[in-house]
Amino acid sequence: MTSRRLDYVLLAAGFLALWQLLHWAVGPDVVSSPWATIARAAALLGTSTFWGHVNATLTAFALASVISIAGGIALGLWLGLFRFAGDVADPILGTLYSIPKITLYPIILLCFGLGISAKIAFGVIHGVFPIAIFTMNAVRNVAPVFRRTALVMQLSAVTTAATIMAPAALPEILAGIRVGVALTLLGTLIGELFAATSGIGFVLIRAMDTHAVVDILAITLLLFCFAAAVNSSLRLIERWARHGG
Amino acid sequence: MWRPHISKVGAARTAFVVAVFAILELLCRLDIINRVTMIPPSEMVASLAAILASGRFNNDIFFTLYNIVAAAILATVLGFFIGAGLHAVPRLRQPLVPLLSAYYAVPTFVFYPLLIVAFGVGRSALIVMGALFGIVAMIVNTTLGLDHVPPAVERTGAILRLDRLRALVLVRLPAAAPHLVTGVKLAVAYSVIGIVAGEFILATAGIGKRIAFSYDNFDNRTMYGMLLLLLIGVMVVNGALSAWEKRLHRRFGQR
Repeated sequence: MTSRRLDYVLLAAGFLALWQLLHWAVGPDVVSSPWATIARAAALLGTSTFWGHVNATLTAFALASVISIAGGIALGLWLGLFRFAGDVADPILGTLYSIPKITLYPIILLCFGLGISAKIAFGVIHGVFPIAIFTMNAVRNVAPVFRRTALVMQLSAVTTAATIMAPAALPEILAGIRVGVALTLLGTLIGELFAATSGIGFVLIRAMDTHAVVDILAITLLLFCFAAAVNSSLRLIERWARHGG
Repeated sequence: MWRPHISKVGAARTAFVVAVFAILELLCRLDIINRVTMIPPSEMVASLAAILASGRFNNDIFFTLYNIVAAAILATVLGFFIGAGLHAVPRLRQPLVPLLSAYYAVPTFVFYPLLIVAFGVGRSALIVMGALFGIVAMIVNTTLGLDHVPPAVERTGAILRLDRLRALVLVRLPAAAPHLVTGVKLAVAYSVIGIVAGEFILATAGIGKRIAFSYDNFDNRTMYGMLLLLLIGVMVVNGALSAWEKRLHRRFGQR
């Protein structure tokens, strides 16, 4: 445990050293120094305007995540339970997952205008497909003996889904949620970059326009920390479901 | 027994896609979706055909294509070596796992302005952007692939007394191949996102720049034509790589 903690410290130290070297090599117009960036991040966290933007982003991100998860699981359960529908939809879902959704920004803007609905829509189109795909595969990979048990007990489709399929498929569905939530955050932020008047993405695009290098790096650093924290907690829940559930 | 099922699935899929486009076409024609928002799909196809026939955006198309190929190659090759290196040093890899999985939650292309300062407005900044966005997918999948080499396969290599290089080329890489192809597929997809995002923000040419420019000028015909081109291109490349990936997975009996 202590050696693992030491690894983290060493990694962080190495990362900071690399960052400082890069700063010296390319100059402050391209990469600000780690200390200046961390100080700026701390200063940003001390202002109420910044927290207003954080709030706007979190609201959109939370709503988009809920829609992605609910929609993705519903779609995935349905496609997983009905073999034929799943076979028909499989490559379509794969294609929708892989197309660069950022290219759709003009369409989303034209449909939803500037504001929170465009951000949420962006988040959802990023997050819903991976969750649907993971859920579908999770349901399909449930051991056949469970399905047969449900048949023998003459459970209805709804009861089968709720009491047999969902718990058995839970770990993989959670893995899908982890991937989907990360992409939902990406989508929400992209939406804010191109289509918003508030939020972290909006602060970022403003920093990009004025070439505020320290701001860009400070905000990105904060985003990375947030994303890594969300990811790690979802990973913990997933591990619990795999071993304890 | 199998064939009719497959063709039935294929027919249903085609019918579904055709129906979606038919409904979209109808909604546009009936003005339920107005023309400012979306032009009918048939007009998108016509616009794309006109663009390709006139050749007026050929420069942009080849500019983007070249950048994507360069970025994807960079991301794949560098990502493979970094991934293999990380796999060899678990103590370095372990603490990096949460960071690597958080990578795609952050729009890395916000670094693009910094790259412009470093490389100037042009190809290099875009290619570096695309490679930066694609590389992590390749790193992660390379480490996963090397994780999944079955011990029995490794032992067979040892019994045959292969030296390290041969064991790598003849045994471990083929066994890791399905994940490596997944890595390539994702690296290409993410490189496209990085480059197109960069072209949206600032570029001298490219498909992304053309789409952003026509959006700003309310030129929906051009915008949807170029969008269609980009989407078709991505789907074809992704479809080809997915088919290859599926074949490898089947051959190696992994999922």
